Amino acid sequence: MTTASASLERNRANMPPLMGGVLWVANQLKYPVLGCLCLLVLWWFGGYLIRNDPDLSAFSAFAPGPTFSALYALILSGELVQTITSSLYRILIGLLWGVAIGVPVGVLIGYVGTAMKIANVPFQILRMISPLAWMPIAVLAFASWDAAIIFLIVMAAVWPIMFSTAHGVRKIDPNWFKVARNLGATGPQMLSRIILPAIMMDVVAGIRLAVGVAWVVLVPAEYLGVTSGLGYAINDARDTLSYDTLAAIVLVIGVIGYCLDWLCGLLVKRFNWHLED
Amino acid sequence: MGATISLDYISHRYQAAGPNTLSGINNCIKPGELCALIGRSGCGKSTLLHMMAGLLIPSEGCVRINNQQVQKPSAKWNMMFQKASLYPWMSVKENAALGLLFAGVSPAQASEKIDGLLDMVGLHDRKDARVQSLSGGQQQRVALARSLATEPEVLLLDEPFSALDAFTRGALQEEVPLICRKLNITMVTVTHDIDEAITMADRVLIMSQNPGRIVDELSVDLPWPRRHMDHKFQHLRDELMQMFVQTETTSIQASDPSISKTVAA
Ligand SMILES: Nc1ncnc2c1ncn2[C@@H]1O[C@H](COP(=O)(O)OP(=O)(O)OP(=O)(O)O)[C@@H](O)[C@H]1O
Ligand SMILES: [Mg+2]
Repeated sequence: MTTASASLERNRANMPPLMGGVLWVANQLKYPVLGCLCLLVLWWFGGYLIRNDPDLSAFSAFAPGPTFSALYALILSGELVQTITSSLYRILIGLLWGVAIGVPVGVLIGYVGTAMKIANVPFQILRMISPLAWMPIAVLAFASWDAAIIFLIVMAAVWPIMFSTAHGVRKIDPNWFKVARNLGATGPQMLSRIILPAIMMDVVAGIRLAVGVAWVVLVPAEYLGVTSGLGYAINDARDTLSYDTLAAIVLVIGVIGYCLDWLCGLLVKRFNWHLED
Repeated sequence: MGATISLDYISHRYQAAGPNTLSGINNCIKPGELCALIGRSGCGKSTLLHMMAGLLIPSEGCVRINNQQVQKPSAKWNMMFQKASLYPWMSVKENAALGLLFAGVSPAQASEKIDGLLDMVGLHDRKDARVQSLSGGQQQRVALARSLATEPEVLLLDEPFSALDAFTRGALQEEVPLICRKLNITMVTVTHDIDEAITMADRVLIMSQNPGRIVDELSVDLPWPRRHMDHKFQHLRDELMQMFVQTETTSIQASDPSISKTVAA
């Protein structure tokens, strides 16, 4: 702990609790807020340059002012909520499939040495293929646009989850099995009390990585035929030349992505059984 | 209470075509007896103990506990290992209660019992601690409470104190036999430390190597707790050392005549 925050801690003890709480929150948030302000200033400055350049002035709606008023309008009309919901729904389904496939396969290749040797190279090859490269195949293979998009998200999400799970299984202490067997654990008890809690933090860490990749893949995937979601909203805003809306959506994509990652971070913390020092 | 362990004509080989790891082991351990098994590294002590725990089935012969053949692990015969192997995602108390949980005892019922056991092993103030914050000795105490929670009739110890510092080891060497006495548990402890064997056991079984067999034994009739500086202790120690050296030379002579010549020369 730095001396500044230590002295703050000390002062807090003598304050009314509400004020102490407010101070604590302020102390926690000061650097992130400062960072965001810097970003805002850069953005504003970029908008200022664009507006004063006669060649670019058509794009002046990208500046913070128009963007935030467009965002406000999107929220009021309820359009934004609908857009976000359909995107999150696709992410969620894609992740569920990613977990449903990635965790069992990860456990298998982590547990059976031969399975790992066989699967390693092909899986590493598949992993390096951009999920977007599957786009034409997905469109041919799936009847609905939605299914094609979810397939692309699964292709993005499954690898981190699978490899992270396998890693978790491989580092299980073999003595944990011996001790549990010795204490009379049955097969299902071994799975629910020993194996799953032991690998849970790696599975969740894999999910966090998967969310990162899937969120990045989602937007271009939604350029495909669908008529909802954040990617569609961007395409639509571009076609209608409403650049303020476009910038608002871009902003929303960043903020939601950050929130998703933050949530996953909380989960990782929850399941982490390493002693923090 | 307390169980009889019969080792009946046990031989074992790990590979079908390989050499015998254990051969012709025949012994009977009485209810409530405290037994130590000593021998060189690799002579098969752990192998024999795993058989008593039901973690390994001998290729010939069998282990019987109270006349019942041991074929799989059971909470009635419990083993403690060199490493405590606690589960880091559980608290001290949850770790100790694990055997009861596997046996279907409700957490509420287990709680009271575990509290008592943790008091007994000296961890009353660390019940909700994270196991990674405990010292090696404290971790081994949790493992002891975990083993005792299911009320075993037999406690098998595979060098459980060898990774601990001398003070902690000394304390546990004294406490564990007393606890076993109190709860009337038959104890078998594996060690290659002669002092530990005499400190903890009523009877010391000496194993030879290649193949592992029980070649000799020594009764230890000393009052508890045992003092290393005690005259009788020293005497038994010398006696055991001599027996040990004897078995070593005989087993070398038996296994390789060329070596015995160089030894003699
Ligand atoms: N799983 C196994 N497969 C094949 N051989 C084994 C196996 N476990 C042990 N052995 C062999 O059996 C012999 C006895 O091993 P064991 O572990 O019982 O010895 P130990 O007396 O406990 O030794 P230590 O004092 O070093 O723990 C050794 O030669 C060992 O190499
Ligand atoms: Mg051993």
